[in-house]
Amino acid sequence: METRVTIRIAFKLFASLSDYLPDGHRGNRLELDVDEGTTVAEMIHRYRVPERSAHLVLVNGHFVPPAERARRRLQDGDELAIWPPIAGG
Amino acid sequence: MGWNRKLLRVNLTAGTCSVEPLNMQWADEYLGSRGLATKYLVSEIDPKVDPLSPDNKMIMATGPLTGTMASTGGRYTVVTKGPLTGAIACSNSGGFFGAEMKFAGWDMVIFEGKSAKPVWLYIENDKAELRDAAGLWGKSCWETEEQIKDELQDPLVRISSIGKAGENQVLYACVVNDLHRAAGRSGVGAVMGSKNLKAVAIRGTKGVSGIKDFGAFLKATNDAKKVLADNAVTGQGLPKYGTQVLMNVINEIGALPTRNHRDVQFEDASKISAEAMHEKRESDGKTHLVTNAACFGCTIACGRISEIDKGHFTVKNSPKYWGASGGLEYEAAWALGAANGVGDLEALQYANLICNEQGMDPISFGATVGAAMELYELGILNDDIIGMAAPFGSAEALAKMVEMTAVGEGFGKELGMGSKRLCEKYGRPELSMSVKGQEFPAYDSRGIQGMGLAYATSNRGACHLRGYTVASEVLGIPVKTDPLATDGKPELVKAFQDATAVFDSAGICVFTSFAWTLADVQPQVAAACEGDWSMEKLNEVGERIWNMERMFNNAAGFTAKDDNLPPRLTQEPAKTGPAKGMVNGLAKMLPEYYQVRGWTPEGQPTAETRARLGL
Repeated sequence: METRVTIRIAFKLFASLSDYLPDGHRGNRLELDVDEGTTVAEMIHRYRVPERSAHLVLVNGHFVPPAERARRRLQDGDELAIWPPIAGG
Repeated sequence: MGWNRKLLRVNLTAGTCSVEPLNMQWADEYLGSRGLATKYLVSEIDPKVDPLSPDNKMIMATGPLTGTMASTGGRYTVVTKGPLTGAIACSNSGGFFGAEMKFAGWDMVIFEGKSAKPVWLYIENDKAELRDAAGLWGKSCWETEEQIKDELQDPLVRISSIGKAGENQVLYACVVNDLHRAAGRSGVGAVMGSKNLKAVAIRGTKGVSGIKDFGAFLKATNDAKKVLADNAVTGQGLPKYGTQVLMNVINEIGALPTRNHRDVQFEDASKISAEAMHEKRESDGKTHLVTNAACFGCTIACGRISEIDKGHFTVKNSPKYWGASGGLEYEAAWALGAANGVGDLEALQYANLICNEQGMDPISFGATVGAAMELYELGILNDDIIGMAAPFGSAEALAKMVEMTAVGEGFGKELGMGSKRLCEKYGRPELSMSVKGQEFPAYDSRGIQGMGLAYATSNRGACHLRGYTVASEVLGIPVKTDPLATDGKPELVKAFQDATAVFDSAGICVFTSFAWTLADVQPQVAAACEGDWSMEKLNEVGERIWNMERMFNNAAGFTAKDDNLPPRLTQEPAKTGPAKGMVNGLAKMLPEYYQVRGWTPEGQPTAETRARLGL
């Protein structure tokens, strides 16, 4: 029988995307246990974040370009943060 | 034609107002507002003039799109030689004042000399007169607006004024219009105060006439508005969350300067963010944010209008601050908050209200408090000198310091000189987080490399609005670049600097550039203004303006050595976040930037560059 290994990550959705956070979040951050090997793209789909709204996708503060999201696997302790298109000054 | 072709010259020494035709050759070369007013200034003053002397001049100027139906066409600029830096000062404001100047039939107002006693200028269409300001001197910007409207019995008159900070020559005093919009940076309000000029009130009923091709202008402005509305940033993000949405982003990427740039991430960033402004307070169940707001003609409406917690220690005995008012915007929230380690949103809004009320730049004020708090923690400043305990994180100290600085009381006088002079006085000049004497805004250049070069070369001292490469390096506008890389940044910085000069000089808001490129601006300018306004020409105008400002600064005594960053940013690596272990790579970028600019290795535009740009 296969052993299911999980890792703990922080999932953070900001601005208008905070509506997509599952129950139980405080502020814009939620700690989640996910299967080892879960990719950034899977997290985006799992929580139904519209693809075009997942504009600024950061893992530990580093930008993950759209083309890399399907193969970027999350590691234990990673902080995945997502914003819609935003700007300021 | 876009321009009214007419300027008002006010000689404060003689007490006269005179009309002059606008120099249309210069308008053709420098467009308007920032560019054209700077051309007038550099042609009329000695670059080495004492900024606070009567020989300095101050110009309030509109652009050809100011007052028109172009989206965000409400901007005006205050241009002078700045007292904080000794460099060109050019501060831009929204609100409604700029459009009103246009409606009254003027493109700009040049102030020269110094009045023997406090005065204010009243403009009603063609009529302009100086009036006695004895009853206004000592009043705040808010009281001044109210009193002038009352005196004129005209609630729609538009007013720019200085508060006590400008009167007291706080070196980062600003000129406030429409209660909470400001020509904010570089101390333009101190220059206004030095001239004994309290306020300018304008009533214009002429509208804007003379658009070159009205049909084409209607189409161009409508097309451009659609671009703003359809863009997720300008159509949705900015109206709902304002600039403050950046607080968590910049913290996440490890570029939020914290505690005088000791750190690059602030543990309480989320408490002072846009998201926090939308959350209901535990104390009264209300959200901090009340609504958003727009300046004249703006279809973005990024402005924040908030209501402070009435029970907060800063205002519980001061009902005059209980109403809805401007703020917090990102820069103010950062400078008053993270820069000092203060995570109390209500305290930040209180300090912001005082800055609006008395006319002070919250960026330079907040950053100067950050420097003072570091000097305090090092034991160089103490309770006796400051008049209170002032460790990082003290909301009480922040609140007290803003009051003291605005009115020039006690240690507030020293804070009012800015961080450079403060840190020099106490023997630690390297702790001033500034360039050319002006404090940094809210981006740490160890985590956003291009901004280090943009700060070092900004013509008005450290500033994010001369070349906002954050748009590309962090936000992916117009294309995403790596914030930790230095390669390609000299070209990127130059492109942002030149393009921004065009947006500013047209009379529109630089925030449109989150959706627009120059290709969206060009049809609007071309339809409004006589002459050839091709893309090539606009690019050339932007570059010409940048070089003109640079040549003024060089003549004022600045050299390549002043294109620098404090050692903290080039020698002390970031402690956390994606930039951990990194410093800013300015030494690598700067020589390449000079080359890209067509400047000598000493930072002077070459004869060839000057000839190419007609300088």
